[in-house]
Amino acid sequence: MSIALEARGLTKEFKGFVAVKDVNLSVEQGTIHALIGPNGAGKTTCFNLLTKFLQPTRGSIVYDGRDITGMSPAGIARLGMVRSFQISAVFPDLSVLQNVRVALQRRRGDSYDFWRSEKTLRRFDEDARAHIDEVGLSEFVDHRAAELSYGRKRALEIAATLALDPKMLLLDEPMAGMAQEDVERISALILKVAKGRTILMVEHNLSVVANLSDRITVLARGEILAEGDYETVSKAPEVIEAYIGATDE
Amino acid sequence: MSMQQTEIAAASPAVNDAGMSPLHKMIFLVLLAFLLVLPFVVYPVFAMKIMCFALFAAAFNLLLGFGGLLSFGHAAYFGGASYVAAHAAKVWGLTPELSVLCGAAAAAFLGLVIGALSIRRQGIYFAMVTLAFAQMVYFFALQVPFTGGEDGIQSVPRGKLFGLISLENNISLYFFVLALTFAGILFLYRVVHSPFGQVLKAIRENEPRAISLGYNVNRYKLIVFVLSATFAGLAGAIKSQVFQLASLTDVHWAMSGEVVLMTLLGGMGTVFGPLLGAAIIVTMQNYLATFGAWVTIIQGVIFVIGVLLFREGIIGVISRWLKRPL
Repeated sequence: MSIALEARGLTKEFKGFVAVKDVNLSVEQGTIHALIGPNGAGKTTCFNLLTKFLQPTRGSIVYDGRDITGMSPAGIARLGMVRSFQISAVFPDLSVLQNVRVALQRRRGDSYDFWRSEKTLRRFDEDARAHIDEVGLSEFVDHRAAELSYGRKRALEIAATLALDPKMLLLDEPMAGMAQEDVERISALILKVAKGRTILMVEHNLSVVANLSDRITVLARGEILAEGDYETVSKAPEVIEAYIGATDE
Repeated sequence: MSMQQTEIAAASPAVNDAGMSPLHKMIFLVLLAFLLVLPFVVYPVFAMKIMCFALFAAAFNLLLGFGGLLSFGHAAYFGGASYVAAHAAKVWGLTPELSVLCGAAAAAFLGLVIGALSIRRQGIYFAMVTLAFAQMVYFFALQVPFTGGEDGIQSVPRGKLFGLISLENNISLYFFVLALTFAGILFLYRVVHSPFGQVLKAIRENEPRAISLGYNVNRYKLIVFVLSATFAGLAGAIKSQVFQLASLTDVHWAMSGEVVLMTLLGGMGTVFGPLLGAAIIVTMQNYLATFGAWVTIIQGVIFVIGVLLFREGIIGVISRWLKRPL
């Protein structure tokens, strides 16, 4: 199988403090890969490095056979690698329809045409409605995103992300702050969208990703502690120690 | 069906993308009709002053209300353009429409340079950087010979429109100014309601998310900065033709503050707020002129009351009452 995303010797230092240290990570095409670790393990830093929201101190990142180390976050999004955010990322003052349409609008390339009427965007309405339908938000099409409940905002975010038809999704703690039934719903949704795509997700909790991921990488104190499927990782003594050690603190 | 639609519209006051809404079209038409009669009721120069500031505030509002960028140096474009337009008309002897065009072009160029350097900073730092650049423009205007220093450029000839129609008469000048400012305001309206405007709103709402969708946000910010500077410049250039004067007042930082005041008082991020805000402030300055230095204090009190009572500005509050974007 080919490698979708690969990090080699990824290191990030903040004024002497090493947040991520020499991380080597390979995400295989078409799999769901989870990056987990206790608080302060450097998951979020690692995630921001991979999505180019942070620039690594050392190391390189290769996506789809292409070195993306020096690229901008908007640039990698155009290559089909789209990230989500821990706090649900919608445009609160835009309608549900407009939220998805802004993503579809990317298809026309750049929208620097300030002289044209926004009526030109109506041709995306049908597609946008289909994506909204898919996540079950049809009845809220004309509502402002700010009026939606937390779970529905998440669903809207997923609809907008899928509208970009990304080849690879990077999810930042997609279940954070969710009730149990929502966790199951979003898990099902992730499995559904994973078809034909590669997913890398960051999670705090090992049990959440148990049934979801093909491969798990455990990070602690900025370094890779263990890697493998759930069976291997959950039984590894150093992983158990890292998690128990972290809860004790 | 129709009831359901009204309900949805009522629940979402901020949502509208059907080109220009009938309500907005009606307001613009009423406004135009009002402005066509206005010079026969009030002193035309006063009415022209309001229109210049209305365009200035509308241009500023594009950047603040829709781009989410608070510039504290918009006097640089307003005043800078007024100097260039005055110089073009007086020294180069250009016709009024070309002089005004020169002014706006100069503001666009200034906006491009200052914008490119400022948009990399955010929030208060952005405001400070723009203020610093505006102060540089102010001292430049104070020192270089062509601006006339403390005296400014005086007795700028109004000239002949297209070299044909004399604008010496206040009424004919009025219609020239009306055409330019009204077209400018309509153009700014279009920018807000364009595919570009849509992305701009998305960036204002959630910048990291806009980046993750693949938008190059800095380029959008720069374009909106340049557009805002250009139309602020157009307003300043027209003003120099109306008063036949370009002076330090127009590049002074207080002018940058005044446009912030107009926009906030009227309602930032609304279409008609800045126009109303400009009308109120200019009218006050005009009719309270007899109070001398007290004008500033009265203005300050009104601003404080405005901020306390209608945080969203006058039009912002009305818009919320009507549950319609205005």
